Amino acid sequence: MQDPIAHSDSTVGRVEVKETTCYMCACRCGIRVHMRDGEVRYIDGNPNHPLNKGVICAKGSSGIMKQYSPGRLTKPLRRQAGAERGTSGFEAISWEEAMKTLEERLARLRAEDPKKFALFTGRDQMQALTGLFAKQYGTPNYAAHGGFCSVNMAAGLIYTIGGSFWEFGGPDLDRAKLFVMIGTAEDHHSNPLKIAISEFKRRGGRFISVNPIRTGYSAVADEWVPIKPGTDGALLMAISHEILKQGLFDRDFLIRYTNAAELVIDEPSRPDHGLFYRAEMHVEEGCFDPENKLWWDRNIDGPISTHTPGADPRLMGQYVLDLDGGIAVKPAFQLLKERLESCTPEWAAEITGIPAETIRRLAHEMGVTARDQKIELPIPWTDCWDNEHASVTGNPVAFHAMRGMAAHSNGFQTIRALGVLMTLLGTIDRPGGFRHKAPFPRPIPPCAKPPHGPEAVQPNTPLDGMPLGWPAKPEDLFVDDDGEPVRLDKAFSWEYPLAAHGLMQNVITNAWRGDPYPIDTLFLFMANMAWNSSMNTSEVRKMLVDKDADGQYKIPFIVVCDSFASETVAFADLVLPDTSYLERHDTLSMLDRPISEFDGPVDAVRIPVLPPKGETRPFQDVLIELAGRLKLPAFVDGEGKPKYRDYPDFIVNYETTPGSGIGFLAGWRGKDGDKVLKGEPNPKQWEMYAKNGCVFHHELPPSYQYMRNWNKGYLHWARAHGMIRYAEPITIHLYSEVLQKFRLAAQGKWPGRQPPERLRARVETYFDPLPFFYRPLEDQLVDIERYPLNALTQRPMAMYHSWDSQNAWLRQIHSHNYLFVNPLVGKKHGFADGDWIWVESHTSKVRCMCRFSEAVEPGTVWTWNAIGKANGAWGLGQRADESRKGFLLNHLIAEELPPCEAGDHLSNSDPVTGQAAWFDVRVRVYKAGPDEPKVTSPQFNAMARLPGQEKQRGRWQAYMAGVFGKK
Amino acid sequence: MHPAFSVIFLTTLLGAGQGLFLAMFTGQLYAIAGFVPAQDGPFYGLGSFVALFLLVVGLGASFFHLGRPERAWRSAAMWRTSWLSREVIILPALMGLLFIYGLAHWMNWTAPWFSIGSTLEVDATLMFGLLGTIASFALFVSTAMIYASVKFIEEWHSTFTVFNFTLLGLASGFMLAAGYSAYIGSPLVPFFGTWAVVLTIAGFISRAAHLMRNARLQHKSTVQTAIGIRHNAIVQKAQGAMGGSFNTREFFHGRSELTVRMVRNVFLVLVFPVPILLIVIAYLIASTTLPIIAFLIQYVGLIAERWYFFAEAKHPQNLYYQAIS
Amino acid sequence: MTQLALVIDLNVCVGCHACVTSCKEWNTSGWAGPMVDENPYDGSPTGTFFNRVQTFEVGIFPNTETVHFPKSCLHCEEPPCVPVCPTGASHKRADNGIVLVDYDKCIGCKYCAWACPYGARELDEQQKVMKKCTLCIDRISDPTLSDRDRQPACVLACPTNARLYGDVHDPDSEVSVAIRERGGYQLMPEWGTKPANHYLPRRKTQMHISPDELTRVDNPLRKEDLTTYTGEETLDDLAW
Ligand SMILES: Nc1nc2c(c(=O)[nH]1)N[C@H]1C(S)=C(S)[C@@H](COP(=O)(O)OP(=O)(O)OC[C@H]3O[C@@H](n4cnc5c(=O)[nH]c(N)nc54)[C@H](O)[C@@H]3O)O[C@H]1N2
Ligand SMILES: Nc1nc2c(c(=O)[nH]1)N[C@H]1C(S)=C(S)[C@@H](COP(=O)(O)OP(=O)(O)OC[C@H]3O[C@@H](n4cnc5c(=O)[nH]c(N)nc54)[C@H](O)[C@@H]3O)O[C@H]1N2
Ligand code: SF4
Ligand code: SF4
Ligand code: SF4
Ligand code: SF4
Ligand code: SF4
Ligand SMILES: [Mo]
Repeated sequence: MQDPIAHSDSTVGRVEVKETTCYMCACRCGIRVHMRDGEVRYIDGNPNHPLNKGVICAKGSSGIMKQYSPGRLTKPLRRQAGAERGTSGFEAISWEEAMKTLEERLARLRAEDPKKFALFTGRDQMQALTGLFAKQYGTPNYAAHGGFCSVNMAAGLIYTIGGSFWEFGGPDLDRAKLFVMIGTAEDHHSNPLKIAISEFKRRGGRFISVNPIRTGYSAVADEWVPIKPGTDGALLMAISHEILKQGLFDRDFLIRYTNAAELVIDEPSRPDHGLFYRAEMHVEEGCFDPENKLWWDRNIDGPISTHTPGADPRLMGQYVLDLDGGIAVKPAFQLLKERLESCTPEWAAEITGIPAETIRRLAHEMGVTARDQKIELPIPWTDCWDNEHASVTGNPVAFHAMRGMAAHSNGFQTIRALGVLMTLLGTIDRPGGFRHKAPFPRPIPPCAKPPHGPEAVQPNTPLDGMPLGWPAKPEDLFVDDDGEPVRLDKAFSWEYPLAAHGLMQNVITNAWRGDPYPIDTLFLFMANMAWNSSMNTSEVRKMLVDKDADGQYKIPFIVVCDSFASETVAFADLVLPDTSYLERHDTLSMLDRPISEFDGPVDAVRIPVLPPKGETRPFQDVLIELAGRLKLPAFVDGEGKPKYRDYPDFIVNYETTPGSGIGFLAGWRGKDGDKVLKGEPNPKQWEMYAKNGCVFHHELPPSYQYMRNWNKGYLHWARAHGMIRYAEPITIHLYSEVLQKFRLAAQGKWPGRQPPERLRARVETYFDPLPFFYRPLEDQLVDIERYPLNALTQRPMAMYHSWDSQNAWLRQIHSHNYLFVNPLVGKKHGFADGDWIWVESHTSKVRCMCRFSEAVEPGTVWTWNAIGKANGAWGLGQRADESRKGFLLNHLIAEELPPCEAGDHLSNSDPVTGQAAWFDVRVRVYKAGPDEPKVTSPQFNAMARLPGQEKQRGRWQAYMAGVFGKK
Repeated sequence: MHPAFSVIFLTTLLGAGQGLFLAMFTGQLYAIAGFVPAQDGPFYGLGSFVALFLLVVGLGASFFHLGRPERAWRSAAMWRTSWLSREVIILPALMGLLFIYGLAHWMNWTAPWFSIGSTLEVDATLMFGLLGTIASFALFVSTAMIYASVKFIEEWHSTFTVFNFTLLGLASGFMLAAGYSAYIGSPLVPFFGTWAVVLTIAGFISRAAHLMRNARLQHKSTVQTAIGIRHNAIVQKAQGAMGGSFNTREFFHGRSELTVRMVRNVFLVLVFPVPILLIVIAYLIASTTLPIIAFLIQYVGLIAERWYFFAEAKHPQNLYYQAIS
Repeated sequence: MTQLALVIDLNVCVGCHACVTSCKEWNTSGWAGPMVDENPYDGSPTGTFFNRVQTFEVGIFPNTETVHFPKSCLHCEEPPCVPVCPTGASHKRADNGIVLVDYDKCIGCKYCAWACPYGARELDEQQKVMKKCTLCIDRISDPTLSDRDRQPACVLACPTNARLYGDVHDPDSEVSVAIRERGGYQLMPEWGTKPANHYLPRRKTQMHISPDELTRVDNPLRKEDLTTYTGEETLDDLAW
């Protein structure tokens, strides 16, 4: 062999290095794609990228195998006349035929009733475009994956602190001393979080993980606090109880920056009970929280306008305002204190399984660290009340939480409880605590509102309002006169009033049942709804092929746009083959969910490094062409001619409104590319991004980097740059007046809209203005003696949902999955490590193999998410482990709750936000019979190979760039 | 370890071949000393060719073990350090010696070259027989040392391995010699038979001692030393590959403990008591077929013995490949 | 003499497998490639990897530690896999201590794999030659790469920086310092193979709060310690 020292890659073939952005997951790291003779040779992290700083993950490094996967779609497909839906009986058609079919159908529906067209998208990052398309089309039936993902996390914190974890903010581990991670396995910020945790640990920071399971990040935690699923609310309430009891809260922070000291009317008989007492003064209408509220000043022992210089308000006590014949009021903090009184560590210990001593200790660690290890940075800044501060200070306790909290039906209130705890410790947008990422913080709640009634949907007219938004009061709901939903997924109805991200998980079931109404065309983009992103998957697959009495499909027409032969593709009537992430332009836009850093806005693009495979076409181009064909106003000029050539052209030239200067990309705006966030279109914008590693990072001056909710300089800057509408302080809602308004409506005290009778009690209960703990809804409705265990899934770090099973390298790491159980569970039910067992929920059961583990709390069983696959999907052979030995937990999870007073078909979701309650499912386990086949159950008929899809690959694969594609 | 049939055949066939040759030469030496009747040249010649044939088949089998047999010639390069290299050098040398030895007998090249003292006339057969003997023993040692020298395969890392390979090879060779004599109708059957019995008994003692040693073996490596964590409850959950890897295929036999124990019992019966019994019976009833059957049975037993030899060995690498999930 | 090696920090490794696939990705098209896969899209997929990440559980619930454990060839200083190789295909380089296989010489006899106590070698089942971690020798010695890029692929990939790379014979190198100061250890020291790769153990940060630290003079509760009075009757209204 050649001496390796003398071997240089650069001599082996023609080398090119192209920069773009990874999309092996939604983290969106910068990558360098090294090519040899036109084939991908090596993908590594872009060292100059602010997000991943040169590192890459297991998925990112396996991009080659995604690119060359035999699961790729290459041709538009139409279900053959006569072929049953779901059997993959497709014929290849031309793009022109496909577009024509779509154009005709969608034009007809738009003219008849635009809501008969439903567009739902999964793990995409193009909501800015797809949402725009839906709005312009005029259908309210649009949402992305947020509803089944983590809307609780978004809403819970955005309705509390004006920003959130997920993609909107995060823990400042550079400066934190104590880091508490709750219910997180991997999260979107995959690489950055790993970088941060390791650096944090190296610096000697203390890392505590609260999770029923110890894997991944939790593995390297200094302390693992195993908790019973769905009970974090109790833990957090008890910690707050102890913090209050010991006086470990940041009083100063609470007073100035939160509504803790603001006086709440405390007279149950009054219609405004539970609302802040608001002084009569001129308030500008807007989506911010006007400051016409009162404090009780300790010096004058009387009410005073909030933030009056020199005032020192009381946080506790009860007072009577000398107005209107006396109005009893309490500071919001007093109400919180009363709420927390009974939430003792002993109470929580019962619920959570965590010893009271541990809870107390955790509270002390948090409180004492926050109090005694104050950070002070010599950064002067000015607050909204014109107080000059010589420094930025912080309390170095950082939290991070994700779906372990979000994916329960009590998630919203639990996350509120976390927001409250973080606030008590004074850690919001301060060094060492929680930090926002642009465009957050935003007003509480943000300004965008859904339409308010059925009249917003009109033929051949754009939707009047945003398909998704942030209701602030009952009037913001999207309901008809009877208070019933206008949207197919029933978002923003009284069933799920704050469903800010929609409820994609119920779309198929609702459309199938025709509840609230039947639709015609269901368009699914980048969502595997016939498999891992549906609950109750087996039944949902039946609904997709179910016919009504006259032999018509209950969901008449299904369009699927995917890059791979996913399970869902089999159920399409029309398949649009998308490109891979290496083959297309993409934007990760400030209008959607950018990849901002704590120090300022960041957005990014993808620029193709390879030509599209076969006849694939970027979905964005397809959508823009379709919009042009349908003459949707934003996409055509005055004469109805398409305005944009293609997606890259659209991205450069589209402005949110003509002349707004705001478009998809924030970087290099303005004619000369010297403007940031706002500025006229720059025809060279793509080139600028290309030159800069496909990423734009605007670092704010240090004085704008902290305390942004109340940072005058920042807020004005943000307004000037089009990120927010009002430069008003964003007061933290320790006490949520927004929730109280819905509660008042439920109590019949609200002058405006009120919920239908069946939902009154539900809304009244769950719209509590203060966080509280309640048992997840499934626990309340099923026999938990019979189903004693909680079943969870976790993200494996080396797999992205369902879409990596076609990846030859990644699937070797996880080719199938086991149900992990504590050995005690096996012992109790008489099975051994590795045995085949049944897992049964109140609706369904699956057979799988079990693996004993000491790293799981004994009341919990779990498995890796979405490893199990349907036979034949993803270009896999029929003996593939994924379908024979792998299983999907989703079959067990009901998409609807058992009937109850509030309705027969309520979604198995959070009653406030409609967040899918994946992690509520209760199960029992038992050993499979000795004669049962050693394959997982359920099994499905093998999915046939699709026209244009590669033939089954052979036994050997020896990838060598530059040689592989050539025969 | 995963028992590789190529290697099982290689070592057992080589052993029997070497043994057979050594039996021939022993016969010759005894004849020279006058203890047994001298045989004609073709008897030794044919015997050596049979031995040679076994070596050739064994060598052939060994090629199946190689990923790249066409490069087998390269394997002689590292004789200074590698017992495998040494085996690879000695084996053809032995084959050459055997061939010449056999040929010399066959062709009756018995003209003495010189004599030692007045009685011992050294001819080509004696000379090559002697060299062949040295080579055979060297080969026994080399083959065995391939296994015995791997110190962390502790079941193998023992002088018993060398003794077993040698003694069992000899036993099967003498057993074959007895069968061969019986077949040819030579009167040496009892002579070889007796030796075969003696060697089988010696082999039994050595093998049994080896088994006993291994049963008491405390492995030096534990999961604790493997990953460097001191704790008495360490369990592997995943090995990073769910569909298996070279490490799971090469180092695990994948059979139940029961099967392994059964194979052990089978070989303990087939290699030792049965052939001895058959030889004794053959002696009593002067059967000419029983010695052949004795050899065949013992050989089958040796295949089981070698299989067990592999299966019994617990490679420390296995500590890293205990579970998937 | 130089001895290049990796030092793996178990204190921060989260078991993400980035090092596993980045290794495969670099090396399959590199000097040591291809790295073949068998049944890549069917039952029991398997293939050659130079580096694997394993998981161990230590202890009994609730005192369980989950340990992610990456393992590739340890580039032993006394590599038992080298002397046994009959062809000389397995060798240890004098210039940097890397243990390599020359595929052109290898006959696929697997003897070296038997002689490696760590299970670090994997036979390429299609090419039938022995393969193993090369310490990315074709990266680290490629002068056309920048200094930053002249590191093993797995090291560049690792998001937690759990993989340190350098010369363990240079007492001032990052790896030597880490081994010295952080209790770096070798695997299976009982065999005298002297692995050049080392592992750094878990460390725990604890917090101790003494009871008197809990309340301070400026406890905010003191500002609120006022019993509220809302105008109801008092003794002042009754007694005289
Ligand atoms: N590698 C990889 N990365 C991904 C994804 C992927 O598929 N693969 N998916 C991306 C997506 S879409 C999302 S939404 C994010 C999700 O990111 P995560 O929220 O980190 O993902 P999950 O795996 O759902 O993790 C949930 C965690 O919560 C724990 N948990 C469950 N119930 C409870 C509870 O009641 N209390 C507590 N304290 N913990 C609980 C589970 O044990 C698990 O560890 O990840 C993103 N990143
Ligand atoms: N049991 C259980 N179920 C869950 C969860 C859980 O924790 N437990 N998590 C839920 C969560 S948080 C989420 S976000 C969902 C995710 O669910 P989905 O959004 O459905 O995610 P994927 O399974 O990754 O499917 C996305 C589809 O996009 C396709 N795709 C990949 N790349 C491209 C591309 O470039 N273009 C196009 N057009 N298509 C592409 C894939 O082939 C796949 O069919 O799953 C949910 N389901
Ligand atoms: S974390 Fe996601 S975006 Fe980043 S490299 Fe990995 S797969 Fe790509
Ligand atoms: S780890 Fe194994 S293969 Fe690597 S040098 Fe040591 S003995 Fe040889
Ligand atoms: S398999 Fe190759 S490298 Fe290993 S010992 Fe045999 S010839 Fe040497
Ligand atoms: S050093 Fe290179 S060859 Fe070795 S494990 Fe790391 S990436 Fe693989
Ligand atoms: S890349 Fe780093 S953190 Fe990930 S498994 Fe490998 S060593 Fe561990
Ligand atoms: Mo998600």
